[in-house]
Amino acid sequence: MSGEPVFEITMTVNGVRRGARAPARRLLSDFLRHDLGLTGTHVGCEHGVCGCCTVLMDGDPVRSCLTLAITAAGHEITTVEGLAPGDGEPSPVQRAFQECHGLQCGFCTPGFLCTVTALLRDNPRPTDEEVLEGISGNLCRCTGYQNIVASVHRAAELIAESGDGS
Amino acid sequence: MKPPPFDYRAPRTLEEALEDLAEGGKVLAGGQSLIPLLNMRLAAPERLIDINGVASLDALEVTAAGVRAGALARHAAVERSAEAAAVQPLLRQALRHVAHPVIRNRGTVVGSLAHADPAAELPAVLALLDGHVEAASASGRRTVAAADFFTGPLESALRPEELATAAFFPALPPRTGTAFAELARRHGDYALVGAAALVTLDDDLRVRAARAAYLGVADTPVVLDLTGPAVQGQEGRPPGAVDWSAAAAHAVARVNPGGDIHAGADYRRHLVGVLTGRALAEAARNAPPGGT
Repeated sequence: MSGEPVFEITMTVNGVRRGARAPARRLLSDFLRHDLGLTGTHVGCEHGVCGCCTVLMDGDPVRSCLTLAITAAGHEITTVEGLAPGDGEPSPVQRAFQECHGLQCGFCTPGFLCTVTALLRDNPRPTDEEVLEGISGNLCRCTGYQNIVASVHRAAELIAESGDGS
Repeated sequence: MKPPPFDYRAPRTLEEALEDLAEGGKVLAGGQSLIPLLNMRLAAPERLIDINGVASLDALEVTAAGVRAGALARHAAVERSAEAAAVQPLLRQALRHVAHPVIRNRGTVVGSLAHADPAAELPAVLALLDGHVEAASASGRRTVAAADFFTGPLESALRPEELATAAFFPALPPRTGTAFAELARRHGDYALVGAAALVTLDDDLRVRAARAAYLGVADTPVVLDLTGPAVQGQEGRPPGAVDWSAAAAHAVARVNPGGDIHAGADYRRHLVGVLTGRALAEAARNAPPGGT
């Protein structure tokens, strides 16, 4: 639509201040993918059901498809690209998903990784029931849930072993 | 699956928000109901008034009188608040059934009420507790009792120029317990039927009052006083041994749910009975024998 106003939208993404011009109706998911080129965040259902687009906003997992980019302006966003510490090593959650075969086609994985990273920060030793509740909003169409639950427990072990959660 | 264009306002104060609203528009708070509607283009508001920058609206105030949630108090914040759970445990009990944890990080309590979905949990909670919603517009403020707030499916008594600034959930009376039970096809989905229950004991720790509120059985929450069938013929029974079947049957006879693609009317009526029994029994168990 021509003549639609655009806004300068800036936010901190994975520790780096990023900005782009976009209309108010730009979803955070599309802003990350199309405007900032961070295609690690996946877009599945676009109405908040599948959980693939989950990112961390000020540390809390949120649906980026149910958040306007302009609402997230000024906030700190962490995407799957920002979960690893930056030394080339995967984060404990990423490592656990690899070890336990918690990923199959990989489409849902970015959402799971962000959700689980926050889950284990808030609850470092979750029970099976707490894991199921924690990931209940993320769908895996390969239905690899058994291994995903195992991955969460393994990630909890890895974080406990590393001692500092990094 | 992209929102249609809209004029965007981002007020920084309540006064600015009310001025924007006076010109017309739809309020964006948590957006967990509104943005799906925009993405699917089931809604196309001319103007969106994003109140997320109005810092004063995120207050969660807990006093001996009850819990007051500001328009930006997220589900997760209210659910995690130990103070709120101590004063009014039904809030946390019900919030655990609202969508998924990640949705609750953004969704707001007041937004759920203003959205007024007949299958949502919080309208039934507000109705059962006789709470109220505080509304403000550029021309004044008013308080709307729960009984007057829900006027139809997805319809509330809010006027177009009004912002729901807060919701108040009264504290539990002494010797009272609450519980919430619902049945959904999939965990986190909107429930087919849900029941919030409140049971008060007397000085001898026998059931003195029993009430329940239902979601999913009508256009608005249905509140039933079940005290009569709950206490009749139960004299002398401690709350843990009460037979709730008469109360459940009473409730079934007083609801008139519709059928849809998710569940038939008969099945919903059946669920009212089952969930009434479960919720009342648990509420009675949760009633503390002491003062509160």
